[in-house]
Amino acid sequence: MTVMTFAKAINDALRYEMRRDERVVVLGEDIGVNGGVFRCTEHLLAEFGPSRVIDTPLSESAIIGVAIGMAMNGLRPIAEIQFSDFIYGGFEQLVSNLAKVRYRSASHYFAPVVVRTPVGGGVRGGMYHSQSPEAYFAHTAGLKVIIPSTPSDAKGLLLSSIRNDDPVIFFEPKRLYHSMKEDVPEGEHTVPLGKARLVREGDDVSVITYGATVYDSLEAAERAAQEGVSVEVLDLRSLVPYDWDAISKSVKKTGRPVIVHEAPRTAGFGAEIAATIAEREIYSLEAPIIRVTGYDTPYPLVHERLYLPNPDRILEAVRRSIGQ
Amino acid sequence: MGLAESLPFVRTRVRRKLIICNRIDGHWGWYEFIAVLGGKVLPDPEKIGVSSDDLLKMYKAMVLTRVLDRYILRLQRMGKVALYAESLGEEAVEVGVTQALQPRDVVFPTYRELGIYLTRGVPVAEILDRMTCTVDDPLKGHEFAIFGDKRFNIVPAPTPVSTQIPLAVGYAMAAKLKGEKMVVLTIFGDGATSKGDFHEGLNFASVHKPPVVFVCRNNQYAISTHISKQTGSSTIAQKAVAYGLEGVRVDGNDVLAVYLTTKAAVDRIREGAPPVLIEALTYRMGAHTTSDDPKRYRTEDETQSWAKLDPVSRMRDYLISKGVMDEEADSVLRSEVEREVAAEVEKVLQKSGPDPLVIFEDVYSDPPWTVLEQMEELKRMIGIQRVVRR
Repeated sequence: MTVMTFAKAINDALRYEMRRDERVVVLGEDIGVNGGVFRCTEHLLAEFGPSRVIDTPLSESAIIGVAIGMAMNGLRPIAEIQFSDFIYGGFEQLVSNLAKVRYRSASHYFAPVVVRTPVGGGVRGGMYHSQSPEAYFAHTAGLKVIIPSTPSDAKGLLLSSIRNDDPVIFFEPKRLYHSMKEDVPEGEHTVPLGKARLVREGDDVSVITYGATVYDSLEAAERAAQEGVSVEVLDLRSLVPYDWDAISKSVKKTGRPVIVHEAPRTAGFGAEIAATIAEREIYSLEAPIIRVTGYDTPYPLVHERLYLPNPDRILEAVRRSIGQ
Repeated sequence: MGLAESLPFVRTRVRRKLIICNRIDGHWGWYEFIAVLGGKVLPDPEKIGVSSDDLLKMYKAMVLTRVLDRYILRLQRMGKVALYAESLGEEAVEVGVTQALQPRDVVFPTYRELGIYLTRGVPVAEILDRMTCTVDDPLKGHEFAIFGDKRFNIVPAPTPVSTQIPLAVGYAMAAKLKGEKMVVLTIFGDGATSKGDFHEGLNFASVHKPPVVFVCRNNQYAISTHISKQTGSSTIAQKAVAYGLEGVRVDGNDVLAVYLTTKAAVDRIREGAPPVLIEALTYRMGAHTTSDDPKRYRTEDETQSWAKLDPVSRMRDYLISKGVMDEEADSVLRSEVEREVAAEVEKVLQKSGPDPLVIFEDVYSDPPWTVLEQMEELKRMIGIQRVVRR
């Protein structure tokens, strides 16, 4: 075990897998000489050279398209999109090729690409460095969508994603990169895709969340405990596939689900979870399903603390859920 | 030495049409229009270095493409094919570029590529299985009009135009990294050159120089939009210049010009030369697809003027004039091809369609529970609803 920040854990996973598997290459803007704007690819160029650590033109569609072509020819490319706010330039490649190469070719070809990209707000990044676009990709058959919230999970889920034969959009909550650190296993360490993590057990309310809002939810749970309310916090970690068994188990126990994410509410991933709970667990419910999310606006700069699902907003939802 | 200069036998015959643009070496010059079957006196096969076998192979592939193309259209009119993009008039481009490749070279085509499939040796039966989506369809009825198969190193085309271009660049980059002596060829239409992925792909390739050749089949129409409304450039070839790459323009109705130019490019790229953009100027004699009516946007006169440059007839006349085949051999070949295709069409019409559950195959390597659950849902529904097959 070594103490690592979130960014360091990503870097450690990349180095470990590049040493282990020579098919793994990384490509993206400013990832080589500069080590990535968040330093996630630091020192990789020196160790693996420019044919495996590829500084690309500023060209999101080409980065993703080239990664797909590389993967079809047997490599395991990891494409970095500098901010997920810029991923739309490569959107057509993601939905029309990455998600569909296997289907279009009836598995003659497949593209095991991992697209790593920072997600979310809380860093005063404004409209174009703070967005949470995960729902677009969760809506696209053929892609898997992963969002870790701890350094350990970041490493373990990234290794599993690289080794997975399906394309993965790997969101990294950027406000955790350097603020979150913990003991991370050295060397081999994988976390299975599609499994949620029970972060805190509780009996009264289930907060179902992912990404950086796991910590806001924990703080809200702590404060709720002081008021005598026992809150369970579930970190989904994986949106496609998502861990229905874990959600179901928690909702059966508490009957009061509160879904939290930074992305705007309407047609956000929370809507999918809410609908599935309504379809399958409505008789377990003791209260309406509540969503605490970003608002249906572009991401605001100066009032981002109000926009984000902060602990105050989550606690308010918990109180509403138990009828206070 | 530029690609055009490397083909000395065509240099005397290239000046059918000259277009001014800014050349790669930085000064104003001529953009040559490479043609072999263009002048009054055509070069002998020995002079252009193409064997009789190869000449006949290309001719046969063009004839087969034309015949099968007509049959697939008829099958579409019978309701047996969902949608089809015909190759009429563009056989020389499809056959010529493919003949220039080795079997290990990989093709990233667009959706109008019957000649590529046939030149690669894909059996007529497999193409018919594909177009009519039978139980033996190698792509399981997932999509229309396209063909792809790893055994033939053909990647099935995406319908959103130009998006295969960065994939071809990536495939070639992986080949370079792995030390494979493979060349990747991607082909796209004139409309594709207005899209970002054409420019992002060429730009990326100009920096990393993987073994890739870009071919634009400029058939002058993107559905109804004429090339003059597509770009302000006088050629597509000159767009390569901005990326520091060589661009050449060939007569796309001249299978020998297409073949020789592509082969020269591919041979150089295989030895490490940078990527090349080849513009093959041709004309789409038919409709865009079976859902299109070209009478709405172009005149019969225009189409007829291009009929005089029919690529199949030009190659036929050349082969007969040079004694590579005679009229009788040609008519034997044509009736054999017709018979072969007709027999395969008969067979394919007897086949049933793929299992409904193929809907859920090839989405993931290990499908999420959501997909598996939906498959079970369809299984239950199949029992209680009429499932329309093919």
